[in-house]
Amino acid sequence: MSKRKLTIAITGLNNTDNPGPGIPVIRGILDSKLFDARIIGLAYENLEPGIYMRDLVDKSYHIPYPSAGSDILLKRIEHINKIEKIDVLIPNFDAELYSFIKSSEKLKKMGIATFLPTMEQFEERHKWNLCEFGKKYNVKVPSVKSFYSEAELYKAAPGLTFPVFVKGKFYDAYLATNAEQLRMHFYKLYSKWGFPVLLQQYIRGTEVNVVALGDGHGKTIGAVPMRKQYITDKGKAWAGITLDDEKLIEITHKIIKKSKWRGGMELELIKDEMNNLYLIEINPRLPAWVYLAVGAGQNLPEALVKLALGLKTNKYTKYDIGKLFIRYSYDLICKLEEFEQLSLYGEL
Amino acid sequence: MKINKKIAISESGFVFNPTTGDSYSLNPIAAEILDMLKKDLSEDEITDALLEKYDVTASVLHRSIDEFIDTLKEMKILENE
Amino acid sequence: MENYNMEKLNFERPIIRKINTGISNKFGMKTEFEPIKHIDNVGVKGLAAEYGSPVFVLSEKTMRRTFNDAKRAFDTRYPKVQFSWSYKTNYLNAVCNVFHSEGSWAEVVSRFEYDKAIANGVPGNKIIFNGPDKTDDDLNTAIKNDSFIHIDHFDELYKLIELAPKHHKKPKVAIRVNMDTGIYPMWDRFGFNYENGEAWEAISKIIISNKLEFTGLHTHIGTFILSASAYAIAASKLAELAVRIKLKFHKDISYIDMGGGFASSNTLKGSYLMGIDTSPSFDDYAEAITTALINSDIDPDNMPLLILETGRALIDDAGSLIGSVVANKKLSDGRKATIMDFGVNLLFTSFWYDHKITPAQDFSHHSETTTLYGPLCMNIDQIRESISLPPLKRGDLVVVSKVGAYNMTQWMQFIMMRPKVVLIDKKGEVHIIRHNETREFVESLEEVPLHLKKAKDVNGNKHKHNGKPVEIDSKN
Repeated sequence: MSKRKLTIAITGLNNTDNPGPGIPVIRGILDSKLFDARIIGLAYENLEPGIYMRDLVDKSYHIPYPSAGSDILLKRIEHINKIEKIDVLIPNFDAELYSFIKSSEKLKKMGIATFLPTMEQFEERHKWNLCEFGKKYNVKVPSVKSFYSEAELYKAAPGLTFPVFVKGKFYDAYLATNAEQLRMHFYKLYSKWGFPVLLQQYIRGTEVNVVALGDGHGKTIGAVPMRKQYITDKGKAWAGITLDDEKLIEITHKIIKKSKWRGGMELELIKDEMNNLYLIEINPRLPAWVYLAVGAGQNLPEALVKLALGLKTNKYTKYDIGKLFIRYSYDLICKLEEFEQLSLYGEL
Repeated sequence: MKINKKIAISESGFVFNPTTGDSYSLNPIAAEILDMLKKDLSEDEITDALLEKYDVTASVLHRSIDEFIDTLKEMKILENE
Repeated sequence: MENYNMEKLNFERPIIRKINTGISNKFGMKTEFEPIKHIDNVGVKGLAAEYGSPVFVLSEKTMRRTFNDAKRAFDTRYPKVQFSWSYKTNYLNAVCNVFHSEGSWAEVVSRFEYDKAIANGVPGNKIIFNGPDKTDDDLNTAIKNDSFIHIDHFDELYKLIELAPKHHKKPKVAIRVNMDTGIYPMWDRFGFNYENGEAWEAISKIIISNKLEFTGLHTHIGTFILSASAYAIAASKLAELAVRIKLKFHKDISYIDMGGGFASSNTLKGSYLMGIDTSPSFDDYAEAITTALINSDIDPDNMPLLILETGRALIDDAGSLIGSVVANKKLSDGRKATIMDFGVNLLFTSFWYDHKITPAQDFSHHSETTTLYGPLCMNIDQIRESISLPPLKRGDLVVVSKVGAYNMTQWMQFIMMRPKVVLIDKKGEVHIIRHNETREFVESLEEVPLHLKKAKDVNGNKHKHNGKPVEIDSKN
């Protein structure tokens, strides 16, 4: 059977020590036995390593930051689409999802398929809505409070207990063990991501993660749980191992079934000493460690492309338990001309 | 005032300083000026050429070129002889 | 030169920019800087030449189009809808009359605004009088004119009960209700609280007094509310009160006034995404409010009139400010700064918006990051802390978009006079709707006591006034 030719545009090429999911998603797609994909990288910054990984990425284009507005983003994509004829677009950053979800109908009119959560799903799983989310879907969550100004924080300060997690609206989380650290992180997060800044109850226990894919009708296409084996100083997984834990799979199925989740997701949970699971975050996209799922037998990036194209997509029921991923860094050697080409003309 | 000889300027308006590793981009007029500096034209000659070509008053042009040359010096692209 | 016989080329300041390896540059994204050369087909350059710089420009077409968008969003979802123009948002008479001609009533919050509405020809029974500060005279006038008085506090409520008998008619009143809608901050300084029972107490007192005609319920949950669902909560709570009034007093209220607070598409400071991508549409607000009312227990045959006092969302888009570059500067740490001929004196809203500012002439797609300052000798006079713009030079024009709300009422006359405001009508004709202020105008209200009329000048020479020298004690 000959492979179907596809052009797939992908963001999140920042394959640094705090990697975006772009490159792992691309690797999954290139592993596919169904598709012969031409990969178009969409980059925000000149030095996103994926741009220069020419064996994985065929062509890269600059796109404007989401903060420039979805109108400008769409115009840029329209321009790229004229040249490349994109079949499927997979955004991989939390901060850009809002714009892409909002624009998905317009992308469809350009002939570009996506497979993203609905705006409602995207909004209700926000960190600052986690308490209501927990209630609605009957899962345990730590208490979270949103702060919309520094004044509010000062007012609440006497009643706070430490340690406490300080989280930015889209990204970044720090553990503050005293008021001074809290103020510092609070200011940093507010300057970077705006309000609200969130304070989340610290729960002692082990962090476990699940990567999953929902079909938008309540069915879980695949789900693989993982525990981080080694964590970098940024709190990112350096190595991880797939787990055999029915409770984790169960909770994932429950959330996807009740919310009719559409698209990739990553659940972050804490298992306390009593074996209680607390949901601490839902990331509305595939995570950077998704290639572990591919290696364990579930090619979720490929399945996501199939769903986006409206193809029949079977459920994965098995995965290899005890499969490890170990991340490594690698120095690419590039020519200055490549950097010049990208930074001056916005494409490479 | 001379252009640092090690500086590489490409047609596209991309400037690379191999001593510092910094790279820069130029808008078309900036590229034009840098090109003339490379050909050892004096500031007056540059001003005259631009006055002829562009719709601009002499005072605005002088002000712009002065500021641009200051910036080039700060960036160590131009050096005092 | 080869261009000798040709028209000279457009000049742009030469710039060199370090390619920042961390931050994306804007190459290939020329659309971000599409110049604004026209407003409603009238040239920006011409407007500045004719009416000066800076100058506020209002588009009648945009005002009417926006109003009709809002009206359609509500009319298609609810049987009885009435808009009421929020005077404080922009009370230039030409603006008010655009909205009145579209059928809007007047919503006023002071005697000054009330008298303006009357002078604009709005009948007294189509004026809603809000606000915490109404004098006895204000109340008597409103009662006489059959205006709707929205009571803010118990002192006002008792005062009305006291004043009513002299008028031999029942003043038409509503109460303003504040409540928790999940919005921070909660505006509990206005009106009567829902949750603690104060609102119900006020309602009971009014109805039992039998001196006032209880007409409706009013709320105004805040400003620039980005969550349409907060309005659903507010509408449900008012509907609950309406149902309770019916049960206890067998009375149908005639209206529910949801106030204003709808966001415009401006971008709030500190928010990551653009306002145009995140602000709810009129349809979103309308859906939330009307669904909550229709799904409430209010008798479907006696649905109250739905009143809306939205101001900002109706006028913001219609206003632009044309201004020009005064100077380019370099700050001590090398950052670029650009001084404009307009500042926070004219753009009060720059304290909370990242205003969209666009050059009015062609340029290449190269850009630099700069801080935009106003012309005031005041450190806080900053329009944009950091904005990426093409290299502008002295005299270049820019257009600040979406400035129609609040700026023409909250502007201040500090060291300079306020500029002209012009309106472009539907045919593209330009009308001055407010002249620029003059020194004579500003000083016309001043009085100088006789002994201060003459002063020694800085060189110690005595001035003569009406031919007579005036002695000035200069010992201290």
